[in-house]
Amino acid sequence: MKYYGRDPRIISIPRRLEKIKRVIAFMSNKGGVGKTVLSTITALSLVDKQYKTGLLDLDFVNPSTHVVLGVDPSKLVFEEEKGIKPPVIHGIEYISITLFTKGVLAPLRGEALNEVFAEILSITNWGELDYLIIDTPPGFSDEHLDLINYIDKLEVVIVSTPSSLSIRSVENLIDLMKNHGVRINGLIENMSSNSSLKQLCLSRGIRYLGNIPYDPGFENSIGFINKLKETIVWRKVSAIVDYLSKVTNI
Amino acid sequence: MVHEWALAESIVEYVVKTLGEVRQIKKLLIRIGKLQSIDLEILEFALGELFRERGLSVEQIEFNEIDPRLRCNRCGFEWSVNMDSLEHDVREAIHFLPEAIYVYLKCSRCGSKDFSITSGRGVESIEILW
Repeated sequence: MKYYGRDPRIISIPRRLEKIKRVIAFMSNKGGVGKTVLSTITALSLVDKQYKTGLLDLDFVNPSTHVVLGVDPSKLVFEEEKGIKPPVIHGIEYISITLFTKGVLAPLRGEALNEVFAEILSITNWGELDYLIIDTPPGFSDEHLDLINYIDKLEVVIVSTPSSLSIRSVENLIDLMKNHGVRINGLIENMSSNSSLKQLCLSRGIRYLGNIPYDPGFENSIGFINKLKETIVWRKVSAIVDYLSKVTNI
Repeated sequence: MVHEWALAESIVEYVVKTLGEVRQIKKLLIRIGKLQSIDLEILEFALGELFRERGLSVEQIEFNEIDPRLRCNRCGFEWSVNMDSLEHDVREAIHFLPEAIYVYLKCSRCGSKDFSITSGRGVESIEILW
């Protein structure tokens, strides 16, 4: 008998992720709500709490987690061991397209985004991790659909600001992901001093994980881990991480 | 033995999942693009080792190499890439992630970076004969 197949990479992804206990993606279909900062600080906070943690930057066109980590992409190197062994940055096993593009923008159309997803996920040899945190690009397109389609153990944290523009988008996102059967851990209300999105969470049946106030001085701490640790954003994220680490009945 | 091994693991996983209980394969024909500069000797060695580990015997592995072709999305120009003409660092980046090509190359006619890889990227097909 003959069988003609096409792309073997997708099939190998579950094996590449089998040593990882939990995979949590930070999502929002609206840009500028703080996904990158919150996902990166979550990864740093998990390491601080002695969890073995990885961080995957799924924004293939405009990756920026390395900026929060204070890493120069041109100096990022990785070991080669039957694939790629992620470099360890501040205790985090770290993978981003910037390892290959060295911080230069790669204009990618839809099919190319799918190729990058399959390639990176199928060649990365993550260690035994308690958590893999994923920063996702804004929108809901190829990378998000690939995540949902190919990572069975995926959990999602939704990020939104209290802006009506973000709220409407997030409502749609929650409905869409529920339709796809994605496990939603809850919502973080970012850049907000009150808890105005609690009602939205209640009406959609998801957890309200907490609010993080806008900090005008936060910008100065980006790229400096010690400074990040002194911010209110860090303290709030740390509390959310404590909560998420106890949530097992998702 | 870097990317070749990861690629071999994907191919073996794919074949095992596709064939189920089949343990003897007469021939594996893999159509593979030259863009990633895959060392076929290493890939064949890795495939042999990994198939053996999974309890499969493969009588023959054949590779059919495909030249990389690019097409500009702005002016429609199509062209080939000679990987040997690229600098070592560029070739290595493309070896690990072919889409790194969008950083380093542009359309030979109009200079646009909005182009597509139309063939010769990676594994294009696997034909299994058993």
